[in-house]
Amino acid sequence: MSILINKDTKVITQGMTGKVGQFHTFHCKSYANGANCFVAGVNPKKAGEDFEGIPVYASVLDAKKATGATVSVIYVPPSGAAAAIDEAVEAELDLVICITEGIPVHDMVKTRYKMKGKKTILIGPNCPGLITPDEIKIGIMPGHIHKKGRIGVVSRSGTLTYEAVGQLTVLGMGQSSCVGIGGDPINGLKHIDVMRMFNDDPETDAVIMVGEIGGSDEEECARWIKSNMNKPVVGFIAGVTAPPGKRMGHAGAIISGGQGGANEKLAVMEESGIHITRNPAEMGRTMQKILKG
Amino acid sequence: MKIHEYQGKEILREFGVPTPRGAACFSVNDAVAAAHGLGGNVWVVKAQIHAGGRGKGGGVKVAKSLDEVRKYAGQILGMHLVTHQTGPEGQVVRRLLIEEGAQIAKELYVGMVVDRVSQRVALLASSEGGMEIEEVAKHNPEKIHTVRIDPMAGLDAAEAARVARDIGIPDAANAEAVQILQGLYRAFVEKDAMLAEINPLVITADNRAIALDAKFNFDSNALYRHPEIVAMRDLDEEDPAEIEASKFDLAYIQLDGNIGCLVNGAGLAMATMDIIKLYGGSPANFLDVGGGANKEKVTEAFKLMLKNPNLKAILVNIFGGIMKCDVIAEGVVAAAREVSLKVPLVVRLEGTNVDLGKKILAESGLPIISGNDMADAAQKVVAAAKG
Repeated sequence: MSILINKDTKVITQGMTGKVGQFHTFHCKSYANGANCFVAGVNPKKAGEDFEGIPVYASVLDAKKATGATVSVIYVPPSGAAAAIDEAVEAELDLVICITEGIPVHDMVKTRYKMKGKKTILIGPNCPGLITPDEIKIGIMPGHIHKKGRIGVVSRSGTLTYEAVGQLTVLGMGQSSCVGIGGDPINGLKHIDVMRMFNDDPETDAVIMVGEIGGSDEEECARWIKSNMNKPVVGFIAGVTAPPGKRMGHAGAIISGGQGGANEKLAVMEESGIHITRNPAEMGRTMQKILKG
Repeated sequence: MKIHEYQGKEILREFGVPTPRGAACFSVNDAVAAAHGLGGNVWVVKAQIHAGGRGKGGGVKVAKSLDEVRKYAGQILGMHLVTHQTGPEGQVVRRLLIEEGAQIAKELYVGMVVDRVSQRVALLASSEGGMEIEEVAKHNPEKIHTVRIDPMAGLDAAEAARVARDIGIPDAANAEAVQILQGLYRAFVEKDAMLAEINPLVITADNRAIALDAKFNFDSNALYRHPEIVAMRDLDEEDPAEIEASKFDLAYIQLDGNIGCLVNGAGLAMATMDIIKLYGGSPANFLDVGGGANKEKVTEAFKLMLKNPNLKAILVNIFGGIMKCDVIAEGVVAAAREVSLKVPLVVRLEGTNVDLGKKILAESGLPIISGNDMADAAQKVVAAAKG
């Protein structure tokens, strides 16, 4: 087992026919069982055509009806990406993964409001996506650095997730699923939501949680872990050296009014029983030490 | 993106929020003429810089005659205004706002932010105006009233009226306060702001509510649909290196250390700064070249870092996913040749096509120090910077 996706997941790609969409769809389709997973693309102007043998439909609903897909991944450019999420929600998909970076915050406020009471789960936006190694990869992460195994990874950042995964793989520890929840201030699943799923997943033994400055999601997750989590968690927060008031690349990564600082987050995490490391090169080894007991 | 107070007030007026009458000026003569044109016998001469805390730094003066307007405008224009937000070198004042004076009976605070927890726009209001809301939050959190606004219905008039009463706005000014709160909300949403503050919102002696200050920060991801906001950008208020970086779509922030960092991805870029510090060094910058960097972008990134006179060494840390290591390696080699690099360069490559990338670096003949992993690379660059 794994969380959220597996080798039998059927995926619709929104924005498949653009340059970015084509590139990543090709690599996702080539990874593990991808050829059976990526069953549809959406573009109202190109319905009836195909890319790499994947048929294009006019709408998410049409694609869902024709293929039985329950998940979509979005590469649509920022100005249309929130509307693309809305469309997937209205088509009642189970899960939507929005890769797009740079969506206006107010668009996301409206989209998240419209999602209330709907069944669809959102991951992202501005995220690398998620992967269950040797089964399915949905997103832009390099597939070959992953290895099937029993460690869960949840992170707000893209390349820093690869760093954590790369360290685990080198040390021989495979991953159950790796989830990039994205660097935007208004997003879908948060650390706490993914942590709950890993806690319930019988094939996950331990979790690496990678956070960064800004907001209070890591603190909220840490407090939940303290009273609920029955698996070990390793934690790292990026941005100890970041100056306050500056947006560090990610719109969500800003320390404001003394809140959201890395040291404050690390203190709450440590107090909650998370095995924190302040060295981003030590995430894998910290996990190794804990599992060896 | 930030704008000046006078520009913020233009936006507020567009949304029906009353402000004092005033004019933006670029010279002392303009300032005197503006005061003359406004009439009356009390004016406020206000420095226009993007940083807050202008009053305490001597950038806001009340003038009781046109001669005083001339005197204060002369003092403030061109001064290096130092506030808690400018850093010790201060910010040069190039613009003034000349406004009519107001009879202030009460100073209040109203502001709006996008609240990440509720995922809604939050209205913050407090009876404690004129001071920083962070201070109020620390010492008197009970004095901050928060309303999380339904994005479809907008700010309800009854709710706005209640907030106005809660922060002590007299009934005689309540209707005007509702107009201000609703106008501020509409401006916030329609202009894609991330932060908007009226601090202080004042109640005058004759029970009128007026926005005495205006602060806006806009979502840079939404500027594509607001050319009118982009037109308000003042490049004099921004860091030249950051402006240069934004032209090449690089996220760059200058820091006070001596080790330049070139990294792909914001999280890894922050973590790279952190690990340099952890091994006893000090990062000179944050630099995220993004997912799709090419030779040109890498070369520009090198040029940016090299403009920093404190620079002693450079660390390139790339975890290639979308970005292939051979492409970045070619970029690094080309950039190092083009800028004839004089400082030690440590490169750590990992991910897609890593072997090809390492080969290109090794065969370049350049004195590049190779880092085996993030820790090794960080230790090597810290040692190199210490010489």
